[in-house]
Amino acid sequence: MKYSRWLVIIPYFFLATLPLCWLLLTSLKTQEAAISSTASLIPTTAENLAPGDLSFSVTLDAYRKLATPHTGKAHAFFHYLLNSVIIGLLSTLTSVVLGTGCAYGFSRFRIAGARDWLFFILSTRFLPPLAVVVPVLMMYRVFNLPNTHLGLILLYTAFNLSLAVWLMKGFIDEIPRAYEEAALVDGYSPLQAFYKIILPHSATGMAVTAVFCLISAWNEYGFALALNNAEAVTVPVYFAGLQGNIQGIPWPQIAAGVLIFVVPIAVFTVLVRNHLLRGVTFGTIKQ
Amino acid sequence: MPFLELQNLQKTYPDGTRAVRGIDLQVDKGEFIVLLGPSGCGKTTTLRMIAGLEDPTGGQITLDNQNVTHLPPSQRDIGFVFQFYALYPHMTVQKNIAFPLENIGTSPADIEAALNRVARALGVEALLDQYPRQLSGGDQQRVSLARAMVRTPDIYLMDEPLGTLDAEHRLELRAFIRRQQLSLSITAIYVTHDQEEAMSLADRIVVMDGGKIRQIGSPSEIYNHPADLFVANFVGSPGMNLLNGQLVQHGDSLTFTRPDSDIHIPIHANIAPMRSVLTQRHEDTKTQSSMASKQVVLGMRPEFIRPANRGIPGDVILSEYQGSHGYVHIDTPIGELVMRSTDRFAIGEKIHLHLNETHIRLFDPDTGTALA
Repeated sequence: MKYSRWLVIIPYFFLATLPLCWLLLTSLKTQEAAISSTASLIPTTAENLAPGDLSFSVTLDAYRKLATPHTGKAHAFFHYLLNSVIIGLLSTLTSVVLGTGCAYGFSRFRIAGARDWLFFILSTRFLPPLAVVVPVLMMYRVFNLPNTHLGLILLYTAFNLSLAVWLMKGFIDEIPRAYEEAALVDGYSPLQAFYKIILPHSATGMAVTAVFCLISAWNEYGFALALNNAEAVTVPVYFAGLQGNIQGIPWPQIAAGVLIFVVPIAVFTVLVRNHLLRGVTFGTIKQ
Repeated sequence: MPFLELQNLQKTYPDGTRAVRGIDLQVDKGEFIVLLGPSGCGKTTTLRMIAGLEDPTGGQITLDNQNVTHLPPSQRDIGFVFQFYALYPHMTVQKNIAFPLENIGTSPADIEAALNRVARALGVEALLDQYPRQLSGGDQQRVSLARAMVRTPDIYLMDEPLGTLDAEHRLELRAFIRRQQLSLSITAIYVTHDQEEAMSLADRIVVMDGGKIRQIGSPSEIYNHPADLFVANFVGSPGMNLLNGQLVQHGDSLTFTRPDSDIHIPIHANIAPMRSVLTQRHEDTKTQSSMASKQVVLGMRPEFIRPANRGIPGDVILSEYQGSHGYVHIDTPIGELVMRSTDRFAIGEKIHLHLNETHIRLFDPDTGTALA
């Protein structure tokens, strides 16, 4: 039993990390080696390798070039990465804060038509978001929102809020009311009880919600493309825009950029994974 | 002026459930009041309204000369002990206990002193650095009591605090609460459905049913003079024997009988006011019969029935042995009776019973209320 687990896990690990390994190898190659018709797999420091050799000489050029604007582009990769970071983090933050507040309200207070409101909130996810790209674009023009960070932050918050409300409501529903009531009778106001009791207990839920919101904002392409052509261009749009580049597609730079792009999400997810393992309920209230 | 006063207190939930239907209660300072009743009788709702955790839909609550009816819990000086402890899971025992002091500007030295005082009183000094999930139920409830007591509030409200504990911890904590009550004369409202707990803790018991108070009285009043059939049956384990029959007057003597039996139980002189009840009824109905009678329910505690050489005949149908004593169920011509006895009887044994007439209680079968 003990070994049969590894019989599954090890092959799957290689299968799952294969694309990442390929990215890593490509990012270390020269443009010529990257587009060569024979694949070279083994990184070496040796120079002047024969064509068709299984080895390739390692270079960090691709990473260096990320700092300078590519031909035909206004900014270097890191500029677009910063756009992604700003838009991703702020929209995630707004979604989690608003979602938590909204979920707390639905979970703890009597709200007229609560079930209908919750269904309405969920229903905003029934359509693929791109179905509304034209009206959104027209509204945004009125408010001068295209080509702004704010525009994408608002949009991603709106898309992610339904998910955040539903996820957070599930988590907050699990927190026994008795904890808050204990804080109330211990002399704390409802707001203080929310801060001191509910928030620490919903940390796990907020972390999970944040991962989902961040990943969805981080990867979004359609709206980012439709709403921006200059200022708030995010990484996915930037990479796609390199197609048809006069110098050809700079694969090593794209590979290097994608790796850098993936790292924050991977780190974030691993952090939250630890949080998840701590468990949602603490099991001290038997009900 | 009572310390705590409930006037016509009512709670109707938005779904129309009338949990509490008008409660009047006055509690003096230093009194230990137990709200006793079956689940769903409104006792917990009443307690939560006193705490401010539920907003009353009618009536008034006065605490220490202040109308607190609609005040938030934080503005009432109360200590609340929850049935499921409700310790903050993300805080150590120490932090849990100190929590009520932390937002009222208590100095760290005073917090430390108060913490040590209650930790010693409740025997939780060794647990201060642990988290609630590491403690047994009994220890968690001790910590919860410590948290309620750290502030010395005006009034303690306890919602079945011993309900989930095992028997050993329950008796131990019950004795502790009683000692605290005796030494510190705390004012407390304690909710339970366990009448034994109510008897052993209360200065006065408030028996509730269906959102209303059935009776308020000392444990012995409640036990010996139940105000109605509900209290008679609910209090006591097992409850009072209740027999349907007729109260009949023969000249000067009153007896209890059943039309289908020739057994007559003499009714003691202490129920003499019954005579006037009977006479009154007799005149009202303008009956010309020389023999007045009235439908009644006769109540008798199991411990006031004993086996005798003659008396009411019966067959033993069940015997519940409980160590120091037992309960014997006997089928008699006037109905099934439960007798408390230290002797043991075999099932099917034929015995005679004697009822101690000074402990007979009579109830009106229509209204359920005690007569005389």
